[in-house]
Amino acid sequence: MDEKPLYEGSFTVAGGNFDNAGEVASNIKTILKQIGLPKDVIRKVALVTYESEINIVSYARKGMIRLRVVPDCIMIEAIDEGQGIPDIEQAMQPGFSTANQKIREMGFGAGMGLCNIKSFSDVFHISSEIGKGTHLKMIIKANSTVLNS
Amino acid sequence: MDLESIVKALDLKVKSGEDKLKTEIRGGFTGDLLSDVMANSKEGDIWITRQVHQNIVAVASLKEHAGIILVHGSEPAKDTLEKAIKGGVPIMVSDLPGFELTGRIYALISKKTD
Repeated sequence: MDEKPLYEGSFTVAGGNFDNAGEVASNIKTILKQIGLPKDVIRKVALVTYESEINIVSYARKGMIRLRVVPDCIMIEAIDEGQGIPDIEQAMQPGFSTANQKIREMGFGAGMGLCNIKSFSDVFHISSEIGKGTHLKMIIKANSTVLNS
Repeated sequence: MDLESIVKALDLKVKSGEDKLKTEIRGGFTGDLLSDVMANSKEGDIWITRQVHQNIVAVASLKEHAGIILVHGSEPAKDTLEKAIKGGVPIMVSDLPGFELTGRIYALISKKTD
């Protein structure tokens, strides 16, 4: 974990505005492609960052996504300032959602986001404080060798 | 089978990405829940949906779909179309309902790969 990262950076996400939702995930995907990571790894990171971004947009005032890429894994953190999650176990259940009608009409808020993040990550950790916000930590292993670093 | 063949066979209206119609379609995915599409669709899929808002462009582009077909004559929202043109994502419109369109495309694709 002490090795020099291939990339390290953070991206801010504004809460409540769906207009540019997905932009952070798209930027991160471009960065990983430039590093030359394998496609299946990029696919997982894209999903995890997209769902994290949508969660911040849907439920938080604001937040950020941190990305750290080292040769053998990608670490992603999604940290938001928001209402927090009262019952994490319940929030992790497939299909459970507190999304309002507007969010659901757009095809979000189906209670799949956190489950998807967990299943596409090799390591997943979630913590939340009521009235403060939620913190997700994910690690995705990059099993194949990095091509052109 | 490329997008152009599907457009011709099913009389689709092309709204954006006219220069990408030679893109090969590898498969398809039908769905309106964006998390479902993100998790289960694949690169090169043609995505069939009735969502018309701009977030579909981000999803299709992240997943590298061959294109999006809106069902039941649904027109893309103005900002959706602007994003699709800018991002080079083909959006097409079919008058058919989702079930029928999916069946037709499935038949076309499987016939081709037999």
